[in-house]
Amino acid sequence: MNNPGTPLLEMRNIKKNFFGNQVLTDINLTLREGEVIGLVGENGAGKSTLMRILFGADMIRETGGYGGDILINGQKVQFNSPFEAIEAGIGMVHQEFSLIPGFAAKENILLNREPKKPNLASRIFSDRLDTLNQNEIDEGAETAIEKMGVHIDKNMVISDMPVGHKQFTEIARELSKDQLKILILDEPTAVLTEKEAEALLESIRGMAERGIAVIFITHRLQEILAVCDRVVVMRDGYIVNESAAKDTNVKEITRWMVGREIRSETESSKTEDNHADAKTILEIRRLWVDMPGEIVRNVNLDVREGEILGIGGLAGQGKLGIPNGIMGLYEAGGQVRFDGQDIPLNNPRKCLDSSFAFVSEDRRGVGLLLDESLEWNIAFPAMQIQNKFLKEYFGGLIKWRDEKAIEEITKQYIDELAIKCTSSKQKAKELSGGNQQKVCLAKAFALHPKLLFVSEPTRGIDVGAKALVLDALKRFNRENGVTVVMVSSELEELRQTCDRIAIVSGGKIAGILPASESLENFGALMLSQVK
Amino acid sequence: MEENVKKEKGKFRQMLDDFGLPRLIITGFLILLLVVAPFVGADLPTQISNIISRFSWNGVLVLAMVPMVHSGCGLNFGLPLGIISGLLGATLSIELGFTGGFSFFMAAVLATPFALVFGTVYGWLLNKIKGGEMMIATYVGFSSVSLMCMMWLILPYHSPNMVWGMAGKGLRTTISLEGYYTQALAKILQIRIGKLVIPTGALLFFALLAFLMWAFLHTKTGTAMTAVGSNPTFARAAGINVDKIRLLSVVMSTWLAAIGILVYEQGFGFVQLYMAPFYMALPAVSAILIGGASVNKASITNVIIGTILFQGIVTMTPTVMNNMIHTDMSEVIRIIASNGMILYALTRRTEGAKK
Repeated sequence: MNNPGTPLLEMRNIKKNFFGNQVLTDINLTLREGEVIGLVGENGAGKSTLMRILFGADMIRETGGYGGDILINGQKVQFNSPFEAIEAGIGMVHQEFSLIPGFAAKENILLNREPKKPNLASRIFSDRLDTLNQNEIDEGAETAIEKMGVHIDKNMVISDMPVGHKQFTEIARELSKDQLKILILDEPTAVLTEKEAEALLESIRGMAERGIAVIFITHRLQEILAVCDRVVVMRDGYIVNESAAKDTNVKEITRWMVGREIRSETESSKTEDNHADAKTILEIRRLWVDMPGEIVRNVNLDVREGEILGIGGLAGQGKLGIPNGIMGLYEAGGQVRFDGQDIPLNNPRKCLDSSFAFVSEDRRGVGLLLDESLEWNIAFPAMQIQNKFLKEYFGGLIKWRDEKAIEEITKQYIDELAIKCTSSKQKAKELSGGNQQKVCLAKAFALHPKLLFVSEPTRGIDVGAKALVLDALKRFNRENGVTVVMVSSELEELRQTCDRIAIVSGGKIAGILPASESLENFGALMLSQVK
Repeated sequence: MEENVKKEKGKFRQMLDDFGLPRLIITGFLILLLVVAPFVGADLPTQISNIISRFSWNGVLVLAMVPMVHSGCGLNFGLPLGIISGLLGATLSIELGFTGGFSFFMAAVLATPFALVFGTVYGWLLNKIKGGEMMIATYVGFSSVSLMCMMWLILPYHSPNMVWGMAGKGLRTTISLEGYYTQALAKILQIRIGKLVIPTGALLFFALLAFLMWAFLHTKTGTAMTAVGSNPTFARAAGINVDKIRLLSVVMSTWLAAIGILVYEQGFGFVQLYMAPFYMALPAVSAILIGGASVNKASITNVIIGTILFQGIVTMTPTVMNNMIHTDMSEVIRIIASNGMILYALTRRTEGAKK
């Protein structure tokens, strides 16, 4: 059909930045007919962005387009919308389903491409009034499902289906397109049971035999090794390695995924565990948290007094659920003991009364009063929980806001944390992300907690602010002897800040390692329970 | 020197922006009406007295908007519910035979338990439908008015001053307060300079309630209320019982509406039942919006400025227009002007929210 020398798809020097933040740098990728490549990398490595560029997603164009060239069969293409990409033979199965819940599988599979037959009305007016040809729809859906090789009921309504079948319906929809040449599967097995995943892998092999090229994104490395011809590893927007699947193994891929220049990193990480003999101050037993997207299944964890404990792991494995659950922001169950006392769950007030404080990962949603002044933001929790910054009249009957004390404490933290602002009366929404994060820290510090949970403290802030925020945390821990539990998806950051690091995988603690442990071991833990 | 001027200009610009162009136009229009009035033959002191006394009637009803705005429940379109509590207090006070200024006090006392109970139920309901408060509030207002339309007929009132003369039962649509608390507050320390009349007592009463509201917003609980309105999740994470604070704000709003209608009646001189409460919510909502409040920010200043502007336009426009075209269209013009103001104010709402 085409010159065997030209690859089906070639991506040359693809670059992309979001508002000055480089997320993809010089990506070169080739794909041949019938080839299956596995694309792996940590969250935020740039896999999804790369696929969006290939699929012509609107969001890429809206944020300023991309650099580099995409060639299909040696011809340069530029997709302005997913429709053009589909036209060119690219199909994509998204992480989030794009199906119509009230329609049957067959209707979803052939949506907007239904076989039709003309009738009287359509002859007079337009072909938009054609009648649907139900028999052919049945047949079309049947063929697509057969092609996929996994059986699903074509007449079942989507909303009644188990998740796995929804996923298969999406795949069948892509397969039903005759022009399909490249299929992108973005973490298709994340929602599947083991058996279904197996069936999917089988079906991928079948597609490859029919000449369809597949780009397979997943966190389950075994699957990649089982089905792919080549493995492409991405990290921080670069392709760091590319090798034939048969020449590599899970351990090696893991190291490529997480490892940077290993030597220089160990230097900056904490090497000794200073709190090995400190008493256990927080005991977590059989904790479950129902936080959408971050479900915690069964966490048992001991935190020692005065240490900084890191909690790491891949996104969606439940690390964020732990602090959110303990602090009562999402429904949780299990047992939490602090300093010999049981802490009731699902009650934010009780946690705060027990001298816990929490810096949420959702800065704008949970962490700040965007429309209020910095003074309010910093003083509010301490005022409400500990009756600080209040003047009492009539024997405590009237608790009056003490504006002066509030201003003082705010100014103190503005100096201490170097918060850049015009005055302590400035509104929180006017600050930059890094400074907002510092306000969140100040708010927690003002509570003088015994135990501080910090969730993703450096998410979305620049390098300079990152260092300042982490330093402030370390200083707070050292100077006040406060126990800190820090959750972060950036392993490097955890290794630089924490004494010990617990890795969460599949909603459980996969293991606790000292910060000086090798990256491979962390990587292995991260992937150990991924389901 | 020049720099100073520039700085001053910048400051002026800033003040102008803070005040808002639309409000400036409304103020300008009101001033224009006041200037034109004497030339078309309307008596200025009377007009000004009118504006002041209307302000004194409506101020508390507008103030009733503040707590719910602060707690993030939006504008209280369910104001009729509070008004009904006030009406129950008023009619009971008359029924029980209280007279004179004391009947005002008793009406307020009797209205309070109703306001607390109705407010609690209303607040409980609003906590169930977070996000759609204003729509539900509107219908709470509508349905409570309709229900009371029946109740006014059925409830066993007997006072001959209130029931229909022929049947001897069922309350009249309008009840005169002559001999009860008409002008009860306005008469206190009243100032008369020629035709200019200032109802000092009613103004002071409003000032007292406004001061209490201001003070409340400076207490711990008041601070929590503002925070709940600003970001409920933040408040919850800081250990605040969001539902409780919202409930409190609704109860406060309902009680203020009950007192507000009593103040309105003492100025107006009549108790209006049946469909009357129906028409009270929108002018109050409009006044606070014109005063510069948004859906989740409102201050006492917003209340005062808004009430003066709204009532000013609503009283002045028909008078001046009538005198200009020499036909009595005052009712028509009043309706056009007030509904126009309401419409305008409601369009301002989204702008406030976007900021």
